Amino acid sequence: MARHIVASTSEIPPGGNKVVDVAGRDIVVFHVNGEYFALLNRCPHEGAPLEKAACVARLTSPEPGVYERSRVGEMLRCPWHGWEFDMRNGQSWFDPKRFKIRSYPVAVERGDELQKGPYVAETFPVRVEDSYVIVEV
Amino acid sequence: MSEVIDRPLRDDEKPAASRLRIVDCDVHPSLRSTDDLNEFLPRRWQQHLKEYGSHLRTPYLFTTPYPRSSPLIARRDAWPPTGGPPGSDLAFMQKQHLDPLDVEFGILQVLDLFIFSQQNLEFGAAIQRAINDWQLAFWSHRDPRLKASILVGQDGVDLAIAEIERCAKIGEYIQINVSPRANEPLGRRRYWPIYECAQALDLPLGIHVGGYGGHAPTGGGWPSYYVEEHQSNAHTIAAQLASLVIEGVPERFPKLKIVFIEGGFGWIASAVWRMDQHFERFRSEVPHLKRKPSEYVRESFWFTTQPIDEPDEARHLRALIEWVGIDRLLFSSDYPHWDFDDPRFAFKTPLTEVERKKIFSTNARAVYKF
Repeated sequence: MARHIVASTSEIPPGGNKVVDVAGRDIVVFHVNGEYFALLNRCPHEGAPLEKAACVARLTSPEPGVYERSRVGEMLRCPWHGWEFDMRNGQSWFDPKRFKIRSYPVAVERGDELQKGPYVAETFPVRVEDSYVIVEV
Repeated sequence: MSEVIDRPLRDDEKPAASRLRIVDCDVHPSLRSTDDLNEFLPRRWQQHLKEYGSHLRTPYLFTTPYPRSSPLIARRDAWPPTGGPPGSDLAFMQKQHLDPLDVEFGILQVLDLFIFSQQNLEFGAAIQRAINDWQLAFWSHRDPRLKASILVGQDGVDLAIAEIERCAKIGEYIQINVSPRANEPLGRRRYWPIYECAQALDLPLGIHVGGYGGHAPTGGGWPSYYVEEHQSNAHTIAAQLASLVIEGVPERFPKLKIVFIEGGFGWIASAVWRMDQHFERFRSEVPHLKRKPSEYVRESFWFTTQPIDEPDEARHLRALIEWVGIDRLLFSSDYPHWDFDDPRFAFKTPLTEVERKKIFSTNARAVYKF
C-alpha cells in the first residue's frame, strides 16, 4: 500500500468532506469530531455518491418513546435510500454480512515531518506549519 | 496516428455495455414555484390558488404529506445548485440523470399541487390543464427526450374528456394519466368514457401511485408511519388491478393499454393466481368476463419496475420477473425521489442481453410507440 497526501487539514472543515482521486479510485475523506475517515465514494447498494451522504448519529431506542443518540456524526446515511454505514470501518448497519463500504487507513501528519518523505516536494507547496491528511491505498 | 483511430466513435460502434439507451417511464419534474403556471392558468384560478390553495382530504390537520422522511421525498444529491426544488432545473436533470444514464426517452410524471387529489373539480381541471401546457413549454420542447402525459382528474369525467381531446389535438402527449385514488374503484362504469376515449385515441392509460383521495390507502385504514404508507402503494394498485379486470374494462376495451407506475411488481403473481382461482369458482357472478383474469392482465397491463424488490437471494427476484412476464415490465427510475433505482445496479439478478433490452427499452417503445 502506498501513502498519498490528499489534503491539508484546513481543507476539510468539521462535518465536511473532500473527494479525491487516488490511484484511479474515487475516494471521499470525511472530517468528524477531529478524526478523518476515508471511504470509497460509492454506496455498495446502488452506487450513490457518498460525498452527498448525511453524517448522522447512531439512534437507538431501548423502549418506545425513548431515543438515544450516540457516536454523533460518525454514521453515514446514503443520499438515496438512506442505508446507514459506520464511517469507522464502512460496515453496513442494515445488512452487515452482505454490504460494506471499502474503507482506507487515514493518518494526519505535520508538514515538517512530511517534508522528510518522498511525497511532498514535487507536488505540494508545503508550509511546514500545516498538517496533512494521508490516505493509504 | 491514423485518421480512423482519431475519429470519435459513433454510438453504434461503442460496446453494448456503455450504451444502455434506456426508456425511463417515471421521471418527476417539479415546478420551481407556482408562478411557473401563471402563463397557463386563468387569473381567476391564480387568485384561487393564492387565497384558498388546495382543498384536499389529507388525514392530518394543518399538514401536507411532505417531507415524509426526505425533504420533498428527494435524493440528497438531487437539489439543483441553482436553487429550487429537486427536479425543477432541466440542465441539472440532464447532467445528473438523462445524459450519464443514457436515457433515450424519459416519461414525465407530475405530482405537484397534489394534482389528482383536488376535490374542487373545476380548480383541479384548471391546474391539470396548466400543468399539461407547462410540461410541453418547460420540458418537452426544451429536451425532446422528455415526453409529456395528459393529466386529468377522472371524477370530473366531462372535464377530463375535454382536456384529453384538447391535448390529443396538439399531438405531443404519449399517455393519459389518471389517479389510483379516485372516489370509486377504477373499474366502475362512471369512468368508462375516459377509457373509451383513450382506446379511440390509442393512448395508454398511466396510473401513478400516490395522492390523497377520500379513502384510507389500505384496506386496514390510515397508516401511522411513512414506512407503512409506502407499503400501501402495492395494496392500492392491487385493488385497482382487480377492479379494472373484474368490472370488465379490458373485456370492454380490449385495445386499451394500462400502465401501473411505481407500484412495484412483487405482488402481481399472487394477485393474478388468486383472481384466476376465484374466477373458476365464481364465474357465474361475472358472466361479462369471457376469459381468465390472468389473460386480461397479460394482454392489457404493464408495470414499471421501481421500487424494485430486493429478496435475499437473487434467484427469487429472477423468479418474480418470470412470473410477471419479461414483456410486462417497463424500467422506471423515479428520479429524483429518494427511492430512485439506478438502471445499472437495481436488478440484482442476471438477465440475458435480450431480456435486458426488453425491460429497459423495447417493451416501453412498443407500449408508447417511440
